[in-house]
Amino acid sequence: MDADPDLFKAIGDATRRTILDELTEKDGQTLFEICGRLTMRHGLASSRQAISQHLAVLEQAGLVHTRRQGRYKFHHIDTSPLRSIVERWPIDREAPNP
Amino acid sequence: MIRINITSVYVDDQAKALAFYTEKLGFTKKTDVPAGEYRWLTVSSPADPDGVELLLEPEGHPAARPFKEALVADGIPFTQFAVDDVYAEVERLKGLGVVFTQDATDMGPVVTAVLDDTCGNLIQLATMK
Repeated sequence: MDADPDLFKAIGDATRRTILDELTEKDGQTLFEICGRLTMRHGLASSRQAISQHLAVLEQAGLVHTRRQGRYKFHHIDTSPLRSIVERWPIDREAPNP
Repeated sequence: MIRINITSVYVDDQAKALAFYTEKLGFTKKTDVPAGEYRWLTVSSPADPDGVELLLEPEGHPAARPFKEALVADGIPFTQFAVDDVYAEVERLKGLGVVFTQDATDMGPVVTAVLDDTCGNLIQLATMK
């Protein structure tokens, strides 16, 4: 039984991975900016509602946190849940033997 | 031939809006006449004084405010203005204390930024490449 099925579900989708890429490039974005980046830079034609639901899945997995500032809402990336992956399957420092 | 002569933004306070749109953004007051409780108040661009006017429309209708608040919460600019260089304009306006929800960002064919007009709206600045 996986301890964190939400995490694997969250990163199992290409659009959600692209959202994380864009938040890595610039942390703290409105829904509008995320939608604009996905459309203009990646040619992803998902609806605003669809992106909003993707963000909810990422938030459920702890990979995205939302912050209200005044009247706007910003989305921030949090990669710390990914640590559980390398703790479960440690990355060898040495290159693998041929 | 039909053409656009006026477009509107709903503002919470016309006097405050006039100050922001002229002193910060750099528009020029075009028309200012009393119209009942409010004013028929428009501005235009110094680059095109007789071009499209922007009407600073009072948000008197009860649906206007919830509409604006919902857009702003998601960071959505309902109105867009063109500038020659978004990067330079963002720096200039930040120097005047203007708040941005999105800094100048390369979106491929266009560079955009989003600012708060202090009257309840987000405004997109755009430069086509």
